[in-house]
Amino acid sequence: MLLLKTAFKNILGGGMRTWLNVAVLSFTFVIIVWFNGITDGWVQESRQETIAWETGDGQFWMPEYDRYDVFTLPDAHAPIPNGYREGMAKGDLMPVLVVQGTVYPGGGRVMNIQLKGIPAGQTAVKLPTQGLADREEISALVGKRMARSAGLQEGDYVMVRWRDRWGAFDARQIRIAGVFDSKVPAVDTGQLWLDIEDLQQMTGMDGEATYLILSVGTEVPVDSGWVFKSLAYLTADLDEMLAANRIEMVILFIILLSVALLAVFDTQTLSIFRRQKEIGTYVALGMTQKRVATLFTLEGTAYSLLAIVVGAIWGTPVLLWQAKVGMPMPDLIEETGIAIGNVIYPIYTFTAILWTILVIVFSSALISYWPARKITKQNIVLSLKGKIL
Amino acid sequence: MAPQSIISLTDLVKTFPVGNGEFTALNRVNLTIDVGEFTGLVGPSGSGKTTLLNIIGSLDCPTQGEAHVLGKSVSTLTAREAAELRNNHIGFIFQSYNLLPVYTVFENVEFALLLQGIPTAKRRTMVMEALEWVGLTDKEKSKPSQLSGGESQRVAIARAMVKKPAIVLADEPSANLDAANSHHILQTMVKLNEQLKTTFIFATHDEKVMQYLRRIIHLQDGAIVRDETIGEG
Repeated sequence: MLLLKTAFKNILGGGMRTWLNVAVLSFTFVIIVWFNGITDGWVQESRQETIAWETGDGQFWMPEYDRYDVFTLPDAHAPIPNGYREGMAKGDLMPVLVVQGTVYPGGGRVMNIQLKGIPAGQTAVKLPTQGLADREEISALVGKRMARSAGLQEGDYVMVRWRDRWGAFDARQIRIAGVFDSKVPAVDTGQLWLDIEDLQQMTGMDGEATYLILSVGTEVPVDSGWVFKSLAYLTADLDEMLAANRIEMVILFIILLSVALLAVFDTQTLSIFRRQKEIGTYVALGMTQKRVATLFTLEGTAYSLLAIVVGAIWGTPVLLWQAKVGMPMPDLIEETGIAIGNVIYPIYTFTAILWTILVIVFSSALISYWPARKITKQNIVLSLKGKIL
Repeated sequence: MAPQSIISLTDLVKTFPVGNGEFTALNRVNLTIDVGEFTGLVGPSGSGKTTLLNIIGSLDCPTQGEAHVLGKSVSTLTAREAAELRNNHIGFIFQSYNLLPVYTVFENVEFALLLQGIPTAKRRTMVMEALEWVGLTDKEKSKPSQLSGGESQRVAIARAMVKKPAIVLADEPSANLDAANSHHILQTMVKLNEQLKTTFIFATHDEKVMQYLRRIIHLQDGAIVRDETIGEG
């Protein structure tokens, strides 16, 4: 305790140099907490949105379906096994039929797309499929990205062509019943969502589906022949992408922290040379050299403790304000295929803040100990005279 | 009653490496100092007086021979034991005061007591008593940078004396002071020596200091060439 008090007293007496170090460290601390918050906010939002719009709590795929292999699509439809009927009746499972198709949005343009059929009354995902309930004509929903790339608006008619189950081409005009705004590109880009009954009728695939979405919070039904894909499997790409992003963040943290710690290291190294007499005096007064080295290490560590206090004072309102207003993302971010909103709201978790504090305190202690350990080997007689160079 | 020995040096040798050879700072020094002495190690620069002081203060170890301080052999003390010896029994006064710059006068004097773990209330009493000895109670809140040279050295004396050590080692305490201040601090030390029976050992070549010494040990080239006791008065 005496050493800690002395360390604080010494650094507070250090004047401008102390406050410069504290300023740099506190800035680093707040930036790291903010970056962590942004990453956590993004991760949480991405997962939540992906689950809400695309994956549900998992999916049952018919055995031939592989979402990564477009050549499996012509055969990726089969009658829904009876074992899943009960779940479907309860609303726990929602069938989706996927068929390849082509749209002709006008101006001589042709776009390969996927036609996806889903029950208009479904509640498993957030797609606003109630707009497909109109039985007078076949209508479709498109996401804003698809609408933008195809130049479609609500109420437009677009020519759609597809192959039926026997491989014969068919085509018709389909009305765009609505344009939805989703943060998940995987349900938007290159897709037209229809009522599953319409699509089954159009393709002659009555009672068939490609996969079933398990509603969030429901139990996984017993295996009835289709392959269950867990949420972990379905979000693996997202997790990998976020993990890669975390690595980038860590590199950024290391750079930021290194710059801040360089200032502490520089101060510590200078201190040990400039404060020779003081070191000698501590020893003469009855401290061991090891204890003086500990004192200097604590001084370096105290910078980080002070920086955390200062960072908390100025950083808390800034971080809370940021959590409230969020951070706007550029429009181009939508084109990256990552589930991300126009605004990211940072989430500051206790664990992340605690880790940041521990990393800063531990690394500043380490960087302070490095030069301070030389004190244990110093000639104190020379130190007292200030003759060590 | 026979005087009690507090420091005993036997065939003390201290050498320092210099280039490929070595420099002998102390050469077979034999010396005994008793409790309550007011003694000076006197000699020109390089005569070995500061080296001798450092060994007595357990800041340095002899190359050969024995140095017993308060019955403890300096050569065999661990770093912790040496620190305890200094903290509990030895006070230091330096030529350039060596006050801790960010501390107030009170805190500078208090520091040695903090190391001893003395409770706050008792500490305060002891510090104020020490500041009273040196006439600086009104400066307790001043920082060293606000003090004159004489005042700084008086703070250093208070810091050395506050724990009432058995031995005070003063290395050229008057070197940076004018005549008036030199006399003032020496009178203070004489008074404390008489009141507290503290053994004072000076390393000096200042005539002003020598006037106050009761024993003068002359050193030359690391050896004692003369040891004279000055008569009372």
